[in-house]
Amino acid sequence: MSYDIQKIRADFPILRRQINGKPLIYFDNGATTQKPQQVIDCISNYYLHQNSNVHRGVHTLSQEATDLFEGAREYVRQFINAEETNEIIFTRGTTESINLLATALKPWIVKGDEILVTAMEHHSNFVPWQQLCEKRGARLKIVPINRNGELDLEFLEKMMNPYTKLLALTHVSNVLGTINPVKKIIKIAKDKGIPVLLDGAQAIAHTKVDVQDLGCDFYAFSGHKAYAPMGIGVLYGKFNWMRRLPPYQFGGEMIDEVTFEKSTFNELPFKYEAGTPNVEGALALETALRYINETGIDAIRQHEDKLLAHAETKLSAIEGVRIIGTAKQKTAALSFVVEGIHPYDVGMLLDKMGVAVRTGHHCAQPLIDFLGLPGTVRASFAMYNTKEEVDLFADALVKVVSMLK
Amino acid sequence: MTIKEKQDAIVEEFSMFDDWMDKYSYLIELGKELPAIEEKYKDPQHLISGCQSRVWLHARHDEDGKIYFTADSDAVITKGIVSLLIKTFSGYSANEILNTDMNFLEQIGLKEHLSPTRSNGLLSMIKQIQLYARAFKLKENN
Repeated sequence: MSYDIQKIRADFPILRRQINGKPLIYFDNGATTQKPQQVIDCISNYYLHQNSNVHRGVHTLSQEATDLFEGAREYVRQFINAEETNEIIFTRGTTESINLLATALKPWIVKGDEILVTAMEHHSNFVPWQQLCEKRGARLKIVPINRNGELDLEFLEKMMNPYTKLLALTHVSNVLGTINPVKKIIKIAKDKGIPVLLDGAQAIAHTKVDVQDLGCDFYAFSGHKAYAPMGIGVLYGKFNWMRRLPPYQFGGEMIDEVTFEKSTFNELPFKYEAGTPNVEGALALETALRYINETGIDAIRQHEDKLLAHAETKLSAIEGVRIIGTAKQKTAALSFVVEGIHPYDVGMLLDKMGVAVRTGHHCAQPLIDFLGLPGTVRASFAMYNTKEEVDLFADALVKVVSMLK
Repeated sequence: MTIKEKQDAIVEEFSMFDDWMDKYSYLIELGKELPAIEEKYKDPQHLISGCQSRVWLHARHDEDGKIYFTADSDAVITKGIVSLLIKTFSGYSANEILNTDMNFLEQIGLKEHLSPTRSNGLLSMIKQIQLYARAFKLKENN
């Protein structure tokens, strides 16, 4: 079956908007994707028909809401092929997933330990580890990247030693678009007994994620970068890890028994889900992931790869444009700078022509510093973007450059 | 000319542009006219926070009781905006600056830049100009 782009676009009502009198060209999908009508309907249907608190009521609505909520968890399990449903912990997003893990791992990290992160991490997969190391007297070691924006695996292996307690790395770079060879890296780490967390924020909507095949211990992602609403995300954590780690927040739902003297904690995954969860978010996440599945993640990947290749060709032909991140394996994100022009100016004027891009350091300041840039302009694609949009974007960019030169 | 009269003149100038391209081209031109800030003031102390591009603003309080601003930015549109502000407020007393409202920015269609999410720091620039005026006023009164 061919990729029916018009049918997909028709499902996303916001794509019909005009910006500054021009049809919206939304190329800021790395920040958040738009939502299909199915996801929007799912949220309103939940409040029209099922709203109730989960896991505690004996009444029908509460039962229904609980079944739907737990059904969503099971669907997420299938989507990333986790072994068990209780390995899926609902969070607010990638950032909370990683903070949860960093907090839970705290007692396990002691003075002299080392945590490895890479030079291309988003702040969300950098600052929590930096803070943890600071608190515990551990060392944060940064795995460097080469000029193309790729990790040097041999060097990475050399940085691993008996003190290495964790490798936290991004599956796909939000700035460079690099797809890291995570399976290979995990194999290297596993052979040395080092657990691995993957930050999947930029991967989940663009490439197949199978946590058992990858072999990672932890995987974090956000719903809103995968066509689901904001405020819902997932931490996948292997049962044998999560069962041993202490709770993250305390309160309702996560307890087993509470007396004035002592509390005992609930089973997984509830141990990590204190308070009333984001039920409609979980349901809408399931709907979004089903939407991805029905479209086909491989078909999406193929489509986006074509867009990226086309955009790279178009942009390379514009004088003064330099593409940042030239890894062999890339997906869906294209960063660039224009010689002598600040990224902010480019973004500002592109917006005037209806093109939404991201500018700045993309919450990866150490990487941007490392590259010696004031920031970049990033165009990032989703399943609903078209080749024609890329053409219009390239034309707009030519105009912008001539205005600013 | 009072600040108000200056603002009116700017509003009139901007009303002649009928599309955004002319308006932004003009802003870019304005940026080029910006009174250059001395290199030594391009330091963290004069850097305005809250901007995606960097903006440095310096104020000098002259013996005539008037305040003179110089500034720079590494982004040209931001430079144009700060140039516009400086054109408006340089050469007036602290009281005159503090008693002026900022409606003219809305009138020339730069309101979008006032939103804090724009992160170009127009709001921070205005605050900094007012802060300088307030500080100089305090000094005068002492």
